[in-house]
Amino acid sequence: MQRSRLRNAGFVAVSIIVAALAITVLVLAPWWLLLALVAALALWMLLTRVGRQAWSVTEVGLATIPQRIGASSVVVVGIAGVVAVLVALLAMASGFELALRQGGTDDTAIVMRAGSQTEINSVLDHDSATIVTQAPQVLRDAAGVPIASPELVLVASLPKKSTGQDANVEIRGIGDRAWILRPEVKIIDGRKFGLGLREMIVGKGARDQFAGLDLGSTLKLNGQTWTVVGAFDSQDAHNSELWADNDVVAATYRRGSGTAAVTVRLTGADAFDAFKAGLASDPRLKVDAKTTRAYYTDQSAGLAKLIRILGITIATIMAIGAVFGALNTMYAAVATRGREIATLRAIGFRALPVIVSVMLETMLLALLGGLLGAAVTWALFNHYTVSTLGENFTQVVFAFQVSGPALSTGIKWALAIGLLGGLFPALRAARLQVTAGLREV
Amino acid sequence: MKYLQLVWSAMFRRKTRTVFTLLSVVAAFLLFGLLDSVRSAFAGAAGSIAGVDRLVTVSKISFTLSLPKSLLPLIQDLPGVSRVTYANWFGGIYQDPKNFFANEAVADNFFDLYPEWQLSDAERRAFHDTRTGAVVGESLAKQFHWKIGDKIPLQATIFPQKSGANDWTFDLVGMFRLADPKQKAQESLLVFNWDYFDEARAFGNGNVGWYITRVADRTQAQQVANAIDALSANSDHETKTQTEQAFNAAFVSQYGDIGLIVGAIMGAVFFTLILLTGNTMAQAVRERIPELAVLKTIGFSNQSVLGLVLAESLLLILLGGAVGLVLAGVVVDAVRVAVGEAVPMSRVGGGIWLRGVGLMLLIGLIVGALPARRGMRLRIVDALAGR
Repeated sequence: MQRSRLRNAGFVAVSIIVAALAITVLVLAPWWLLLALVAALALWMLLTRVGRQAWSVTEVGLATIPQRIGASSVVVVGIAGVVAVLVALLAMASGFELALRQGGTDDTAIVMRAGSQTEINSVLDHDSATIVTQAPQVLRDAAGVPIASPELVLVASLPKKSTGQDANVEIRGIGDRAWILRPEVKIIDGRKFGLGLREMIVGKGARDQFAGLDLGSTLKLNGQTWTVVGAFDSQDAHNSELWADNDVVAATYRRGSGTAAVTVRLTGADAFDAFKAGLASDPRLKVDAKTTRAYYTDQSAGLAKLIRILGITIATIMAIGAVFGALNTMYAAVATRGREIATLRAIGFRALPVIVSVMLETMLLALLGGLLGAAVTWALFNHYTVSTLGENFTQVVFAFQVSGPALSTGIKWALAIGLLGGLFPALRAARLQVTAGLREV
Repeated sequence: MKYLQLVWSAMFRRKTRTVFTLLSVVAAFLLFGLLDSVRSAFAGAAGSIAGVDRLVTVSKISFTLSLPKSLLPLIQDLPGVSRVTYANWFGGIYQDPKNFFANEAVADNFFDLYPEWQLSDAERRAFHDTRTGAVVGESLAKQFHWKIGDKIPLQATIFPQKSGANDWTFDLVGMFRLADPKQKAQESLLVFNWDYFDEARAFGNGNVGWYITRVADRTQAQQVANAIDALSANSDHETKTQTEQAFNAAFVSQYGDIGLIVGAIMGAVFFTLILLTGNTMAQAVRERIPELAVLKTIGFSNQSVLGLVLAESLLLILLGGAVGLVLAGVVVDAVRVAVGEAVPMSRVGGGIWLRGVGLMLLIGLIVGALPARRGMRLRIVDALAGR
């Protein structure tokens, strides 16, 4: 008795270690390795005797699923829930990152007052802004004029469509060179604002999130009336903003001739270091330069990381629940098929085909659940647009990106849960006492 | 109550299954406890009772723009106003941008308007007398291991000094604490003297970020707010005045609909849980049909059988749910100790337990309903014959 108990404990310990190893491999392994494993399994099932036995036992198991549809759907739905939540939160994080990161490149640089982390905090006087644009590393157009845009970033509150409550929207005053600086920006409705006029154009995201930004509508800022004359699509974080003429914005907000930051196009990505060094050594300036890629990546890193950690924590707790659900179902399945399994063992089937068949059945149910969860998230949330407060204290509009990596992480988690939920019942099935099993009702 | 023994032994008829089901319930309610703790922290920031007699006046265009200090005497003279103070956002960084906490320049009488922020008289005097003095919340001091007398360097992000330098150094002269655990998050704040700030900063001098006004009678809050806004109507610095509570609620809601996100996740979790425990209960009753028939034979009424099965499913969920919520409480406390009290997680207290137990009862009844009905309706003869 003592010895068998000891052996039992040893057996459980070994299977836990095996399960942990298998899950690590599953979650970390690249897809080609997993596909190779699946192919090896299929070959084994086709070519060897034990493999063929395993396949026929699996077939019987799968054929009886309709009789246990309630219990089996617990596995599928439980895993679908985990995967749906995980994929949705990962999609949220990557959507936010994508929205901000796309705004940055390596050959444009943003120059702000030293110490300012964001444009909203930065103030540059007119002289400094001019010195920055004259730097030799700044690209010039055919006429020899530097491609640089002194910009002013300010905040206005407008009612959000979804809640009716006021939220902050970013107003960016841009210089007339901004269009050459950001050639990807397209006017999708109406026209550009006129220089020196109180006219503005609205980003696609801002137009969707805020009320009263349709073409031709007017809004009041500091007692002055502005007209919306167009809408633009920049395919990045600028879509959350309203754009207008820098000088007019500065006048409205009593900002004099100062700007917040200067964005410049460099002669090339490799010119950045010289550009930064040149500005740092100029005694007239107290500024920081960053490539726009670095600037926008910094802005998205914190929140995206937070959402990812949250997603993985929540999904882990849900996964623990789902593993126990799967264990319950598969133990019950093994118990109801106890007699059948004992019969198979009695007529000469080995333990391995039994183990493989139970595992395979669970993994297939898990895969189904994973696909279901991923499909639900994809259908509900892909390109679902939301907004949150960004580093400039203004709303950043972004869309969920149900991307390939997020989906593949979800499916891998599903398979890992299936593996855990199937392994122990499979081992119990294999260790079933043949004589006792045959006697069971 | 006399049937508890019966329900208990029926529940553990299949130990492994019940334990696994219990563990799933524990996981679900652990998650519920954690998420609800985050949700109530945000809701608490928005819905606390403190602050209904305080009005916040900011620029109408955006709270990031400043207002002239000349409004101060005008607001002070309005009827219904008991005290006015003002402050400025500083936005300094301590060592690394990751160490984010709020820091503000505040007027001398700032603490008069915030009686719930407990600061000893000696520390108040020290704050008043020390030009470069700063006062921090106790939680924040604990987080960075500051003690009175320390010099705290902040890196300016908005306001350089007149010399152009970005480093400001403050002398820690006091620590304030908030008694209400729900408001502990407000302790993540450093304040320093506005007069020093205004004198030393390179630009913006004579402007303040926002005004805080205490009204004498809170039922008059709206009239006073309107009167304050009327002072600057049609000027180039129009204001927007609302209660502190409404201001906080609007600010928090800008982060996004946290209630909605939490609700969606919990919906997915509980849907799965109902299916899972429902399946367990259905199995449990199916296996026990002959036993239930015996119970009926020896005189248990249909209602008692219904009650027995329902009690079993309720017990299952309540047991697992209680363990889950206790665990959530432990985790939340551990996180608050590890990260500091300022994390947006409120302690797992009465409100969360109340909502949790309500959900447990509801889920227990939903899960038990069908199996219980089956137990109630079974006919003794058929059940005993195994039909």
